[in-house]
Amino acid sequence: MSSASLDLDLGIAGPRRETRVAVAMSGGVDSSVAAALLAEAGYEVFGITLRLYAEDASRTRPGACCAGQDIYDARRVADRLGIRHYVLDYEARFREAVIEDFADSYLRGETPIPCVRCNERVKFRDLLALARDLGADALATGHYARRIAGPAGPELHRAVDRGRDQSYFLFATTPAQLEFLRFPLGALAKERVRAEAARLGLAVAGKPDSQDICFVPAGRYAGVIERLRPGAAEPGAIVDEEGRVLGRHRGIIHFTVGQRRGLGIAGPAPLYVLSVDAARREVVVGPQAALLRDRVFTGPLAWIGGDPPAPGEERAVVARLRSGHPGAPALLRTSADGAAEVALEEPEPATAPGQACVLYDADRMLGGGWITGTGRSATLAAASPDAARLDRVAAA
Amino acid sequence: MSAAMSDSGPIYLDYNATAPAKPEVVEAVADALALAGNPSSVHGFGRDVRKRIEDAREEIAALLGCAPPELVFTAGGTEANNTALRGAGRRALIVSAVEHPAVLRTAEACADELVVLPVDGDGLLDMAALDAALAAHGPDALVSVMLANNETGVIQPVAEIAARARAAGALVHCDAVQAPGRIRVSFAGLGIDMMSVAAHKFAGPKGIGALVVRAGLEIAPLVTGGGQERGLRGGTENAAGIVGFGRAAALAHDDLARAGEIAAMRDRLEARLRETEPAVVVFSEGAARLPNTSCVTMPGVQSETQVMGLDLAGVAVSAGSACSSGRVEASHVLRALGASDAVGGCAIRVSTGWATTGDEIERFLGAWRALYAGLTNRWKAGVSAAAG
Repeated sequence: MSSASLDLDLGIAGPRRETRVAVAMSGGVDSSVAAALLAEAGYEVFGITLRLYAEDASRTRPGACCAGQDIYDARRVADRLGIRHYVLDYEARFREAVIEDFADSYLRGETPIPCVRCNERVKFRDLLALARDLGADALATGHYARRIAGPAGPELHRAVDRGRDQSYFLFATTPAQLEFLRFPLGALAKERVRAEAARLGLAVAGKPDSQDICFVPAGRYAGVIERLRPGAAEPGAIVDEEGRVLGRHRGIIHFTVGQRRGLGIAGPAPLYVLSVDAARREVVVGPQAALLRDRVFTGPLAWIGGDPPAPGEERAVVARLRSGHPGAPALLRTSADGAAEVALEEPEPATAPGQACVLYDADRMLGGGWITGTGRSATLAAASPDAARLDRVAAA
Repeated sequence: MSAAMSDSGPIYLDYNATAPAKPEVVEAVADALALAGNPSSVHGFGRDVRKRIEDAREEIAALLGCAPPELVFTAGGTEANNTALRGAGRRALIVSAVEHPAVLRTAEACADELVVLPVDGDGLLDMAALDAALAAHGPDALVSVMLANNETGVIQPVAEIAARARAAGALVHCDAVQAPGRIRVSFAGLGIDMMSVAAHKFAGPKGIGALVVRAGLEIAPLVTGGGQERGLRGGTENAAGIVGFGRAAALAHDDLARAGEIAAMRDRLEARLRETEPAVVVFSEGAARLPNTSCVTMPGVQSETQVMGLDLAGVAVSAGSACSSGRVEASHVLRALGASDAVGGCAIRVSTGWATTGDEIERFLGAWRALYAGLTNRWKAGVSAAAG
């Protein structure tokens, strides 16, 4: 690890001390270091922390962002840096823009990613507009992603630290937003960020990383949904691929595609959730082989990678189907309404609707879309004919 | 690029939140802090501190128009309000809709029956509603109406309110925290039973205040202990705070003498804002107001954005009371005046005081105009949150 001091240049014309940079500070180590390094580089930095939900929701849970302790931590980091800092109450907006959608998505049988919605509808919309209103020249965040000046404007690339890369969560970023955004940590390894925090004397240097979804305590998302939508978790049947009832479940919100645990069914081979049928309140299960898909369908694509593909045009891409998915070679084809079909070279375990399919050209993020369904090519279907029911679900 | 910082440091225009302590007050507090004695002690050290506390009590009583023994020191205005509302022992509380949360939240917590009285478009109490509430609850009631509003500065007709209330057998408390040093206050002249004040609103220390309790009125203490303050507030006296409080009270007469000058500064500020933007709304303009308080809108710009934008430009003002939930929402005071969220949510409070200069007002106006011009330019380009 290099111990040379960092100098972050944001590529903005004019003296740094007259360049005003807003930093979205969550109280975690990443955004704290982002603020500290920019202040150290001589920019006129101010911090904004959003209070996204009531403090009692997860007051003492380490690793959650934006709760009471995190607001306190952000404030203390700003005090230490001697920068201006504002705490904004975004509870109502966050509930409307992110949490309600999260609950409804689960009730549709999907597995949503609220962090994308939060970036799209809160941080890069309302917060970014506020930063502009306050005369900022840029909004910086602690995301691990790289913004690189390209010949046709800024490009969004994966972080140098692949294990930490968060570009997947940024797929809905528009070119106009990216113009204003900066990600100072994109070139740094997480260990380096922690080392910088320690060097800068920030009390958050040893703070645990944020986990999972910030407003869901300890991964218990079902409790959050039951509180938001009382009575929504209605029981139903667990069925096999032919529709035979194998057992009962206590609500589809407890299941996600690819899940193996918690089915409560004994069988000769392990069973996996193949799909969740919200209308029938059915959880469809089957053997691992039946999970394989080589077609992914998405809604309209968000595109940030230069010229978008013309309808019908095929383009070679790398597709990431989950945040932890490293990426798989694929061919992208879009239709006239902007929806996309992604043909994977090799089959992958099915991804739940509500997740995102994010497309890359090597490290450069091109765009992405919400997954509406998955399917199988004729070749794959012939190799595993007993899963025909799934193709119907995917196409529905 | 960001606007250049102000020429000579930040400007403080948030006196209704707290007024900067005067140098004489700082000196008096420091001197008092150095004294060893406990005012309850028999020995000379104790007597010395006791003497300074009683000197301060007389200075404060002189400013407030009460007798020195009527003053009960508390840890500030909020504690004074709590003592009054909880200690009076009346089952019905009658309060105005524009009271400070220190009264509203306390009344909600302790009243068996709570009547919240509406105000008119300028924020003045609805006297007919008061009469109706008194007719229903008179002998069981405590009426609590503030003397001057913290957000708009509107001055309530407390003497008239008190006359009606007492005729109906009710007790009267007045939260007068914003008044001393800004307008003349006479506890005796108002004809009320209890009155809350806080030193830091007129250049005294934070954390010290008083409840004036009319001679002969029996109330229960909020804090029990060693019998200090005639048994109405236990605990060793905050001697340094009380001495600073007394010094601030003595000096507040100078501020009262300058009230005309302060009011002229306020009027000029409001006139200049209107020259810049005729759509600016000034709340409670049609009623008698504190000379130092302006509650004004920047059309289309959320209060929070203004407060942050002005802070970044080195000007300290306030968005009225506590923040709402991130929506464009008027404060409870401005809503009570009938302001819509679209208008009331764009209000800030500019409050001046003893150290404010005409030059600072000019610099505030410059910062306000620069912020507004920057935002309106961005609206035209269609990239601002403020217009949304």
